[in-house]
Amino acid sequence: MQVNEKKPLIVAFCCNWCSYAGADLAGNNRLAYPADVKIIRVPCSCRVNPMFILRAFQRGADGVIICGCHPGDCHYTSGNYFTRRRMAMLFSMLDYLGIEKERTRVEWVSAAEGAKFAATMNDFAEKVAALGENKRLEDLRCKR
Amino acid sequence: MQKITREVLIEKAASLLNEGVVSAVYGWKKGEFVYDVTPALFTTTEELEKEFVWGDFCGANFSKYLVASTRKIEGKILVFLKPCDTYSFNQLLTEHRFDREKVYAVGIPCEGMADVSKVKAAAGEGIIAIESTEEGLAVTTLYNDAPVVVPYAEALAERCINCKSKKHVAYDELIGEEGDVLESGRFDQVAELEAMTPDERFAFWQNELSKCIRCNACRDVCPACTCEKCVFNNPVSGAETKAPMGTFEEKMFHIIRAFHVAGRCTDCGECSRVCPQDIPLHLLNRKFIKDINTHYGEYQAGAEVGSRAPLVNYTTEDVEPCDVFERGDKNA
Repeated sequence: MQVNEKKPLIVAFCCNWCSYAGADLAGNNRLAYPADVKIIRVPCSCRVNPMFILRAFQRGADGVIICGCHPGDCHYTSGNYFTRRRMAMLFSMLDYLGIEKERTRVEWVSAAEGAKFAATMNDFAEKVAALGENKRLEDLRCKR
Repeated sequence: MQKITREVLIEKAASLLNEGVVSAVYGWKKGEFVYDVTPALFTTTEELEKEFVWGDFCGANFSKYLVASTRKIEGKILVFLKPCDTYSFNQLLTEHRFDREKVYAVGIPCEGMADVSKVKAAAGEGIIAIESTEEGLAVTTLYNDAPVVVPYAEALAERCINCKSKKHVAYDELIGEEGDVLESGRFDQVAELEAMTPDERFAFWQNELSKCIRCNACRDVCPACTCEKCVFNNPVSGAETKAPMGTFEEKMFHIIRAFHVAGRCTDCGECSRVCPQDIPLHLLNRKFIKDINTHYGEYQAGAEVGSRAPLVNYTTEDVEPCDVFERGDKNA
């Protein structure tokens, strides 16, 4: 049966060393978070090129969240400090272009914070669902 | 109106060429029309006498041309730099894009360049001659008997209205006097946009960016865009072709391009000057500069050689991405 209600599609970039393990822990602890969160594992949160984020929106994501180690805990010493600056700039720019600021987020989740991971995803999914479909950064050619 | 004359520049260039100090000269060359002045490389005094021009349409910034030409040409190249060009010059040196030893830089004063779109709007199409007079630009068109005088203030290009500096930050020799860094309201327009609601901002940018024809002129002219392989030449980048207007492509292209030059953009405004669709692209770059100044401390790219760009730097106390929106505006 076809259900008309559209669920938000969320892309989560998770760093290999903290947040991906955090997501794993959330799963092991049987903590519920929305199944529409698609996790992409990256070696470090600073691997995320701004183009990845825009392309995710282009191909139909309604929200993009980047998860990395807490500042100071980066496996590569300083990767997430760079992420922090880049994403602050990029999100500010997206906001400047009129794209809803709730669609993007950076969250620091350590490997021990399974509960925080689940809570973050639930909260983010809820906020994105409230905004509805991503219209401002969509690419009609990518829609089926 | 420019303070120095064409003759002064030709004399300087000719003497350096004849002395053998330099083997080529970057200058502005007469184009098809009086207002489409083209950057050109001169190697003889005869060429200089014949084709070199200097006036209110010589906006082109030569810094980027040095990247390719210093590798090809033997000997030094003379380059005329306006104050804003010297920032790009320094920024390219910081990034080791050309050899400083191969360049002889002459700083020249600039009183602001004219924007031909504004001149056309004031005087009409069919321009056949433009004279610089005391009152302004005397524009002769095909359809007017007497020249129409456009005051300089009305013809001034957007980027020059908010000129950031009359000071040359790099030169071997200076013609005219040393200027000062100016207090300009160059972020006023950005602040105005920030104060709008997200819907208004989206409408504004959708309107502006949908004019984009993806000619890539902004990228090609940008002194910060000197990558030999550009991401936008990649056929799977998602932004390589021109899609029907008002779609994702333009936004992707302009956001990514602005991001790639963020922290390295000297705000020379060349992108807006060359845009055939008159998109205010400098407003994207200025937004990044404003944000960087607010959150990471005042930084002017190119002010000194060797300074570290803010986006390749960090402190442990940086602002969190979720906090950069806190501007007290009416975004609810």
